Amino acid sequence: MFNRNFRESIVKALLITASLITILTTFGILFSILFEAIEFFKMQSFFYFIFGADWFPEADKFGALPLFAGTFYITAIAMLIALPIGLLSAIYMSEYATKRVRETLKPMLEILAGIPTVVYGFFAAITMAPAIVEFFEMFGFHVSFQNALAPGIVMGIMIIPIISSLSDDVISSVPKHVRHGSLALGMTKSETIIHIVLPSALPGIISATLLGISRALGETMIVVMAAGLQANMTWNPLETMTTVTVCIVDAMTGDQEFSSPETLGAFALGLVLFVVTLSINIVSVYAIRKFHKKYKISNL
Amino acid sequence: MDNYFHIPQLAKRKAKAKRFKYIAMMALVASVAFLAFFLSDMIIKGHGAFTQTYVKVPVLINEKTAKFTHLAVDRKEYGFMVSRAWLRGLKNTLKDTPEWMNTNKERWTLANSNVDQFIKGKYNRLKPEQIKKIEQMQKDGKVERRFNNIFFEKGDSKIPEFSGFMASIVGTIMTMIITMLIAVPLGVMTAIYLEEFAKDNKFTQIIEVNINNLAAIPSILFGLLGLAIFINFFGVPRSSPLVGGMTLALMSLPVIIVSSKAALKSVPDSIRQAGFALGLTKWQIVRDHVLPLAMPGMLTGAIIALAQAMGETAPLIMVGMIAFIPDISTSFLDATTVMPAQIFTWSGMPERAYIERTAAGILVLLGILISLNAIAIYLRKKYTKTW
Amino acid sequence: MNIKVKTDKLKLWYGDKQALNGVSLDIYENKITAFIGPSGCGKSTYLRCLNRMNDLIGGVTIKGKVTLDGHDIYGVGVDEVAVRKKIGMVFQQPNPFPKSIYDNVAYAPLMHDMVKKGKECDALVERSLRDAGLWEEVKDKLNESGTTLSGGQQQRLCIARTIAVEPDVILMDEPTSALDPISTQVIENLMTKLKEKFTIIVVTHNMQQAARIADYTAFFHLGNLIEYSETEKIFVNPQEEKTEQYITGKFG
Repeated sequence: MFNRNFRESIVKALLITASLITILTTFGILFSILFEAIEFFKMQSFFYFIFGADWFPEADKFGALPLFAGTFYITAIAMLIALPIGLLSAIYMSEYATKRVRETLKPMLEILAGIPTVVYGFFAAITMAPAIVEFFEMFGFHVSFQNALAPGIVMGIMIIPIISSLSDDVISSVPKHVRHGSLALGMTKSETIIHIVLPSALPGIISATLLGISRALGETMIVVMAAGLQANMTWNPLETMTTVTVCIVDAMTGDQEFSSPETLGAFALGLVLFVVTLSINIVSVYAIRKFHKKYKISNL
Repeated sequence: MDNYFHIPQLAKRKAKAKRFKYIAMMALVASVAFLAFFLSDMIIKGHGAFTQTYVKVPVLINEKTAKFTHLAVDRKEYGFMVSRAWLRGLKNTLKDTPEWMNTNKERWTLANSNVDQFIKGKYNRLKPEQIKKIEQMQKDGKVERRFNNIFFEKGDSKIPEFSGFMASIVGTIMTMIITMLIAVPLGVMTAIYLEEFAKDNKFTQIIEVNINNLAAIPSILFGLLGLAIFINFFGVPRSSPLVGGMTLALMSLPVIIVSSKAALKSVPDSIRQAGFALGLTKWQIVRDHVLPLAMPGMLTGAIIALAQAMGETAPLIMVGMIAFIPDISTSFLDATTVMPAQIFTWSGMPERAYIERTAAGILVLLGILISLNAIAIYLRKKYTKTW
Repeated sequence: MNIKVKTDKLKLWYGDKQALNGVSLDIYENKITAFIGPSGCGKSTYLRCLNRMNDLIGGVTIKGKVTLDGHDIYGVGVDEVAVRKKIGMVFQQPNPFPKSIYDNVAYAPLMHDMVKKGKECDALVERSLRDAGLWEEVKDKLNESGTTLSGGQQQRLCIARTIAVEPDVILMDEPTSALDPISTQVIENLMTKLKEKFTIIVVTHNMQQAARIADYTAFFHLGNLIEYSETEKIFVNPQEEKTEQYITGKFG
């Protein structure tokens, strides 16, 4: 039989190997995207890819600017919905709600968070988009069935629970004695929340917001099902526009060769998405660390 | 009223405070109202698919119609109401019921989706005389709505009334088996290493940061990895539960690792110290004393990860799991579809009859996910110990 | 001597559990009154009744009467926010706001419309910080965050922001228990100075502190006020057996 120490080191080696898989995955994603993206940039100009305004893969034109614009535009609509509703919900939950209300509503928000994105996409395409078309056509606007508003709003609803649950955590972990300090000076509860609690929780709220933005940028199903395929640079949310993820899916579900510029272009788009979401996540982690340091909270 | 305690503007400030509370409450109400609206929308759209319309029409079966089954029903009179799929399946039906041969009797047949949707009051593409006929048949008791076993037994079909959700349910189960077989051991082992064995050095910090980053990477990029590495590099069959399960396993790792770490952390140190005092090695302590105590917490995490992976669609589209799958697959290497992918495929179908089926599929998926989460919450409540 | 705060048969329940069994007590103006007693005796609970901080906790029932200058603070139509402006409070844990030192002090007076932004406010901030004995230490870094100060300085900042609202009474809940001995002494000296302007009520776990600074001392036990008189009398010649036992360390 092996002796104890030998067996112990084998176990440890196995465990280390398992932990390395996570690192391997990240690098796997990075390199699998990077290599194909490099192939793409051998054929296409990097500069035109970032700043070019025409995305017509069939005509060999790969200017992704309208895709970036569409992605950010729909993300902006989503955050406009998610941030106020999510933050205010968190404030109500942590500051005003009785324990019973809290205990019933929290699982409901968790259900909202657990709904698969394909389901949100169906809702956006079948219920929300026609409703928006009908509503705005009452006022004589021309509205596309694949308008940016429907996926934007539904994406916002999807992100509400992300913002609210993270904000709820940080707001609740602002120490009680800080609130009492303000109340004891004769401040009302809302003044205390707005002037004292929220500024204290700000780094955590920023972190939650960034996480929400990162989710929205990378969200695929809602836009694939409800947004358009046409690259279109416009400020009008009632017009169709497309996003980075839609174009990735479009390229991968077509019947092009794997080495065709269109498929490789999808990897280039993937690379941009990877870099942007990763950077946002790193800033978000930094922000939440700052919050922890301030209140010496060790784990959250 | 006592004016001794007086602050100028206090009434105004109090009103503001009330308004703020009211606005915050409205936000929460809005979130919950959306959930309610959303669920009822799905139920309204989808509940119809749990029943299917059948019509009783004369079916003539002789040598000729047994060969050309589309002639078995009078085209002019009843052709518009009987499902093409039912007629096509008549050959197989005859094998099981040879006594139908050479008869001309009224029999219950699966209704066409246009008739089905009309009966359910969804939409109407029938001509006025066709409607008259159906209404007359309804009066005669020749139209029936039965439980839709096709939906729960069959796979996809290009004919709406004949398409089912079962192939995707089986596909999901097969994919999840692969996902869990890979993700749970790897995740738990990583958590054990980080929580019990690793010292706090650069290496472990890199792993920790990396796990956090992995959780934030958009799911579609995991699909690109599956495509580039599993399919193109290792040659795993496209569209198979194996490749889908492997891709989702990598996505589930962060969730499982984080929850397992939390479960291990909640086991008090006194238990480990007691083990050391008995002269046990670290692994013996972890295996025999720490792991059993951390088990419920890890299980909860695994269930939550399972529920998340089950609803994931984007990465599976990348690895080709949106194929048209009429048959229930039996192998981990065959082309398969999963529930969310089936929902996606149906939602893109031009026939409006698929909307009902899509929404019904969503109800089934949500039902499973909510049950899984309920189990996780129950386990968490039951086994949460405060040491 | 003027009676500033008067309570009459004050009873308090947390849910079904009674925490105060009818406390009647007169507190005199411009004096320091200390509450002592073993932990859980109700002294802090009683203190929090005096500026209605207990209103923040759900399930609390209060009966009896508390008056400030003869005015019922629990009276009909009396707002707890307004009560707290007149009766300020300093807490055990220094709790400066996540704002600059200046804003920590200016926050409440500005919200209460007591001063206008600018010179008037600057003057109030300086006066309050001087009264709290902190001005010399912070006058060059008023824009730095209040949380960067040391524990003792933070507590004096909390005192400064309390007196900036110009209350009549300052409640202090174990204000030095989180501080080192030197900071404690600074705060104690400050309190004896502040009583010229304010009525100070302090809960302390430290009997010596009560003996050093308080003019009057009340001894609480199990939700009852056992004994209340001039500090010297309590410590030198207690009337009640329980008081004597506590003071001589027989229980605690």
